[in-house]
Amino acid sequence: MLSLLWLIVALPLCGFLLLAIFGRKFTKTVAGIIGVGTVGLSALLTILIGISFIAGLSHTKIYVQTLWQWFYVNGFNPSIAFHLDSLSMVFIFVITFVGFFIHLYSAEFMYDEEGEYSQFFAYMNLFVGSMLILVLADNLLLLYLGWEGVGLCSYLLIGFWYKDPANGTAARKAFIVTRVGDTAMAVGLFYLVMNFNTLNLSSILSSAQQQWPSGSVMAFTASILLLGGALGKSAQLPLQTWLPDAMAGPSPVSALIHAATMVTAGVYLIARTNILFILSPPVQTIVAIIGTLTLLLAGFSALTQYDIKRVLAYSTISQIGYMFLALGVGAWSAAIFHFMIHAFFKALLFLGAGAVIISLHHEHNMFKMGGLRKEMPVIFYTFLIGSASLAALPLITAGFYSKDEIIWFSWSSSIGNPWLWIGAIIGAFTTAIYTFRMVFITFFGDTKMKPHKKPGNLILIPLVVLAVLSVIGGFIQTPSSLGGVSIFSSFLNLTLPAVITNHFSEGFEIFFQVITVVLALLGIYIAYILYARRRPAERNKSAAANFLLYGWGFDWIYDRLFVRPIVWLAEIDRHDFIDYFYILIAWITGLGNTILKQTQTGKLRWYAMGLVIGAILTISIVLLS
Amino acid sequence: MNNVPVMAGLILTGILFIIGVMGVLIRRNLIFILMSIEIMLNAAGMAFIVGASKWTQPDGQVMFIFILAMAAAEVAVGLALILQVYNKFKTLDADSLDKMKD
Repeated sequence: MLSLLWLIVALPLCGFLLLAIFGRKFTKTVAGIIGVGTVGLSALLTILIGISFIAGLSHTKIYVQTLWQWFYVNGFNPSIAFHLDSLSMVFIFVITFVGFFIHLYSAEFMYDEEGEYSQFFAYMNLFVGSMLILVLADNLLLLYLGWEGVGLCSYLLIGFWYKDPANGTAARKAFIVTRVGDTAMAVGLFYLVMNFNTLNLSSILSSAQQQWPSGSVMAFTASILLLGGALGKSAQLPLQTWLPDAMAGPSPVSALIHAATMVTAGVYLIARTNILFILSPPVQTIVAIIGTLTLLLAGFSALTQYDIKRVLAYSTISQIGYMFLALGVGAWSAAIFHFMIHAFFKALLFLGAGAVIISLHHEHNMFKMGGLRKEMPVIFYTFLIGSASLAALPLITAGFYSKDEIIWFSWSSSIGNPWLWIGAIIGAFTTAIYTFRMVFITFFGDTKMKPHKKPGNLILIPLVVLAVLSVIGGFIQTPSSLGGVSIFSSFLNLTLPAVITNHFSEGFEIFFQVITVVLALLGIYIAYILYARRRPAERNKSAAANFLLYGWGFDWIYDRLFVRPIVWLAEIDRHDFIDYFYILIAWITGLGNTILKQTQTGKLRWYAMGLVIGAILTISIVLLS
Repeated sequence: MNNVPVMAGLILTGILFIIGVMGVLIRRNLIFILMSIEIMLNAAGMAFIVGASKWTQPDGQVMFIFILAMAAAEVAVGLALILQVYNKFKTLDADSLDKMKD
């Protein structure tokens, strides 16, 4: 069964090829069946492979399938090989499973939208294929192929409605900003090749462990360069500015790429190369600090957004900040657990928001919505479940278990810190406020706009499934005070090192959990008072709110710091001074033409004279020399 | 034939050739220019004959036959062109026929 691993990747890629080549000949139904079907088959196959992988855990913890050697240059021979262990298992499960439901949803969502239907599914399939390559790659070069593949798909899909120039700008911004991180990552790969002459993950990690002492410069360099790539892809400080603009794409794209899967590639990369990070404690501290700062920054920005998708975008940045925090304090499996739960509820929220937006004629402004609770009950309840999970409503939601674990480890881990913990709980507090602010503004109060169409089953089924997962997903990993189930972490700890914690008494842990719970509930209550009782008709337009609305002015700074100087240089370069050299050559040629043109008189005897003089000269040269 | 010195023959061909060249350069009437070209051709042919008689080889005679044939063809084409030029421009003055300049 495990030998069918390659099919999981190959199926979506086949779907992409079919749709890309013959897409225009297919009817929408056929294109939809191919697009959704390939990912669906992939998801089924993932479940089967998952079962046989878990059944065979007693003897094989890592399954490597080498397909062929990619190329061979001077001893450097990366192969096309897939590496299945518990970490990649979790990722391919989320990618194919959530991916399948989002594809199903898109089949209805995109049906009446502008743009080529088959093209949309071609891009989506290519995305799923690339993402699977990324998480299954057994060497960093193949991983980089998938990494760039998903970046490309992200670009294509953000700009899918390319007729509006703003969408094209957003797509380019996403592509260019992530390119900054990718460059750092590429340099990191060169550095690793230089040191180990291989990019095979397991051999890099084992030789790094043997050859590099803890805290060495080499480990520092390698891990900080890889971190650069992860920051770009996962939209963390200081490269977070592209993600809110990426919401220009269709909602399923935001759900799949900019919430559930691609943006967590950075989390995957760090978890995958965890040994390099463990070997350089300063970088790990940087990861934790960046995660905390990002989750606070994005959390506060989300408080003032009025575009429903931008609330979710900032929330995504913030939640990935939590994952980075977990990675930074060495709680590897907690980060991956939050990734999985986040994929469920954030995909659900984006899909719900998409359903709302599309039935209100592409209205994004929450303040123009309202009262949708009665108009679209299924969407309301699923959205409410997703929001509860995001706000970490205690005990029943999955988000509570995953986030609580991170918050707890941010202090209790041996490399944790009370400051990180304070940041994390403030983040949790803001999360509760902005999430329920969104829910109250959108779904409660008076109906301001009537939905013009009811969502069909293809939209509702994915929402319901994801809502169920957003609740029950949490019960596979609970804190010790609440049963201490550790199915997920013991599965992941086959691959990732377990978190090392300082010893705290159980009463202490419960006390901390109570603080988190109280803050989350308080946040929801504040949101209720501010936005459900007093219903503001418009967003807050004070200077501070605007500052947060535009993401702490990062775009402004980058515009001044990078964009304008480059535009200025480009303006100068229009009068390209290097070009003057070539202009001179052209001018000399032109001059020669002007002079020699005089000899072209059109007079026959003049030419004959020329011939004779030439002949005489030639003959004299021959005779006299 | 053998009594004629080679040098004299070559000087004659040289004079003929220069007359032809001068004709081409000085004359403005296209007919005369064509005739001057014929003179140049014949000068060249005569040089072959002189050479042939010096080395008593038939090759020079053969070349002259070639030149003769070519000159006949050239006159045919040249006269046809001159007729066309006259039809079009109503003149045979080589200097006023400078339309090729542009």
